[in-house]
Amino acid sequence: MNIEQLNAQLGELETELQPENMSQYLTFFMDNEEYGIDILKVQEIRGWESTTAIPNSAEYIKGVINLRGTIVPVIDLRLKFSIENVQYTAVTVVIVLKLTQEGKEKIMGVVVDAVSDVHSISDSQIKVSPGLGDNNNSKFIKGLGVVGDKTLILLELNDVL
Amino acid sequence: MSIDLSQFYEVFFEESFEGLDAMESELLNLEPGTPDNETINTIFRAAHSIKGGSGTFGFSAVADFTHVVETLLDQIRDGQRQLTQVQIDLFLQSVDCLREMLSALRDSEEPDTQEAQALKAQFEAILAGDELAGLESNQVTPDDSSNTAVEEESRLGWQIQFKPGKDILKTGNEPIYMLQELGEIGDVELDINLDFVPTLETIEAEDCYFNWDIKLKSDCDLAKVDEVFEWVVDDCEINITPLETLVSAVDEEVSENATELGQAPAAEAITPAVEPENQDSSPAQSAKVTESTPAKKDNAPKNAEASSIRVGIEKVDSLINMVGELVITQAMLTQLSEGDFDKAKLVSLQEGLAQLAHNTRDLQESVMRIRMLPISFVFSRFPRLVRDTSKKLGKQIELKLLGEQTELDKTVMEKISDPMVHLVRNAMDHGLETTEERIASGKSEVGSITLNAFHQGGNIVIEIIDDGKGLNTEKIKQKAIANGLITENSDLTDEEINLLIFEPGFSTADQVSDLSGRGVGMDVVRRNIQALNGSVELASTPGEGSTFTIRLPLTLAILDGQLIRVGEHIYIIPLVNIIESLQINLEDVNCVGGEYDVLRLRDEYIPIIRLFDLFNHEPDSKKMEDGLLVVVEHDNEKIGILVDELLAQQQVVIKSLEANYMKVEGVSGATILGDGTVSLIIDISGAIKLAGLKKSVRRSIEKAVVDLESA
Repeated sequence: MNIEQLNAQLGELETELQPENMSQYLTFFMDNEEYGIDILKVQEIRGWESTTAIPNSAEYIKGVINLRGTIVPVIDLRLKFSIENVQYTAVTVVIVLKLTQEGKEKIMGVVVDAVSDVHSISDSQIKVSPGLGDNNNSKFIKGLGVVGDKTLILLELNDVL
Repeated sequence: MSIDLSQFYEVFFEESFEGLDAMESELLNLEPGTPDNETINTIFRAAHSIKGGSGTFGFSAVADFTHVVETLLDQIRDGQRQLTQVQIDLFLQSVDCLREMLSALRDSEEPDTQEAQALKAQFEAILAGDELAGLESNQVTPDDSSNTAVEEESRLGWQIQFKPGKDILKTGNEPIYMLQELGEIGDVELDINLDFVPTLETIEAEDCYFNWDIKLKSDCDLAKVDEVFEWVVDDCEINITPLETLVSAVDEEVSENATELGQAPAAEAITPAVEPENQDSSPAQSAKVTESTPAKKDNAPKNAEASSIRVGIEKVDSLINMVGELVITQAMLTQLSEGDFDKAKLVSLQEGLAQLAHNTRDLQESVMRIRMLPISFVFSRFPRLVRDTSKKLGKQIELKLLGEQTELDKTVMEKISDPMVHLVRNAMDHGLETTEERIASGKSEVGSITLNAFHQGGNIVIEIIDDGKGLNTEKIKQKAIANGLITENSDLTDEEINLLIFEPGFSTADQVSDLSGRGVGMDVVRRNIQALNGSVELASTPGEGSTFTIRLPLTLAILDGQLIRVGEHIYIIPLVNIIESLQINLEDVNCVGGEYDVLRLRDEYIPIIRLFDLFNHEPDSKKMEDGLLVVVEHDNEKIGILVDELLAQQQVVIKSLEANYMKVEGVSGATILGDGTVSLIIDISGAIKLAGLKKSVRRSIEKAVVDLESA
């Protein structure tokens, strides 16, 4: 699925009525693993473009981009989650998210390998992820969603910055 | 039909605050005695519209209070009463009180009516002719008692001449309703006067030609009758007199009732429920209220940052014109792109683009101008401040305002006001001497404070000048030594010592007074000004006075920047900070303590910050001689920033980095360059801090260098 189609789908989805307890998740790939994020948090999807580096920032912060006049930070989710780094390719995309941090809405881009699909998952289908010990990143995992024979890692990225 | 009035609240509050400002400034112009009619009228009109509006919106506390204010104003306007200083003070207090009540209402809070009650009681005492009650004045106006008496005691009826203006129907007022309303008050005898009705062919159906003589038989008071005509009083001729046959009876009663006139029935009629509390409250409460006022006032200005802006229509018109031009240019360019493109069109295309650039720049300028307001908005609060403070301090102070029409950005204006208040207070408290001291030193006994604003380059400069005793350099030095800011043998010039007052934790006041010396010192003033990308300077001559000079950018939205490059990264240094750029001659560089490089430039030693080190970037070359040094100034200290290359200079629009990210050390914001990429703006003071070059470090560096040289 290409970016235009997905963006079009995003637009339609927001107007559709959702059955109770059903949420839709945009899924994407990183290192052959499929992740999902609440679609209502997704503002748009963009191809990767070069960023302006922020001095003395953590490695996973790629920099800032100009999103139609707004300065938006972009983070590399692979680096954030300590997954092996890869070269960016033509399918590398930036998912622009609207997150809430300390009560304020912040816009942020995350770099992922590729976007995949949109799935509806009811809350009952979400399993609590098994305790992953003291891994710092486990707090970003909302749970595991089961769709057919696939298991999606559902993320909650509010405090990822 | 019910209309949701709340949608008009904002406009009402805005207008009311404007009205209060107008009242305040006019009140300050008033002199006791027979005032200028136009001045009183302005005050009256402002009070009147606040009363009308608050009545309409159901803010009865405000309306009731304003009513007594207005009544007294009305009497002064009609010359029934002499204006006294006590009354002026009382009016000013009422302005404060109203402002507080309205602020509370705007924030959807219940207004604190205590102060209003106390003030109202004082007004009522004045209206009742008893000026001495609770006040220290001994000026009693001679014709007081007769006037009030007539007003209050003619309770058997009123003779009203009501002559509506011709246009009254067009303003949505209907005389019939008013007559009906009078009918509700009491028995009405109407005499209609048809003398002004023209012949049928010249009659204008929408004009009102009638006027009435009305005899109202009722025991109501004047205020009640006034209320009926409240909205039309400016458009109509209305003459209300007590019914003639009753006047003589009234006069007799005056002397008997004199003691009962403690409060004005005029107001009583409107607020019967509130009145009883009033009677015993006035002296005790007025004392209490004065105590609590300062604390409350401190909060007030914070809420006052209005979210809307009033723009002169000519500014909007010019905008519309420019947008029109832009549309035309756009149409022209679209036309060019139609059909085949050949070389012949190239010239027109270039012309079109040039025109587009021109339009865009003009448009940008006019849009920025919308946010620009004359600085008189800030200056206007000072006459009051100076007046009140001079009284408190027992000093005679004259305030001069210059350059009030100088324009600056609204956001800058809002933030500069508090630091300015602080500086002016300081000047009055510490700067100006007492009257005796002034006479002793052969100066005029009236101290003067001058506020002067003007444009200089892309900056606005505000000067606060006093002709007082100047800074006490010796005392500042002692204090600084005591505070450990400098040491006994620090070698500082007088100017440098004077600048120490801007350091945190520094107050020269021997005693903490009500006005200054409360710990919120000059360091806060300087920090606030620096937060606006501005600077504050100080010049002082002992015995002649001091001048504080505040320099601010005209707007916070745009700055002139120098683009610089380090490796593949492009940054912007604000042009105001840059003094010069130069190539480094290695012979002039000393390395101090193996850590800091210092460049000897003419007679100064300038610490060098390597931007690639500071920001962790890969430069073209790490060698100093390959790069360029941008010498910047901050806080009167010079720093050299080593970069790879200087690029263009351009105006940049400042965008927030914090909105979606967080504060970054050494970076004040971001902007978008012509090619759409983001570039970060370097914050000089942050960069200096990041480099660990605090003042103390810099001083020791300088010292080390000097030692090095001499060795």
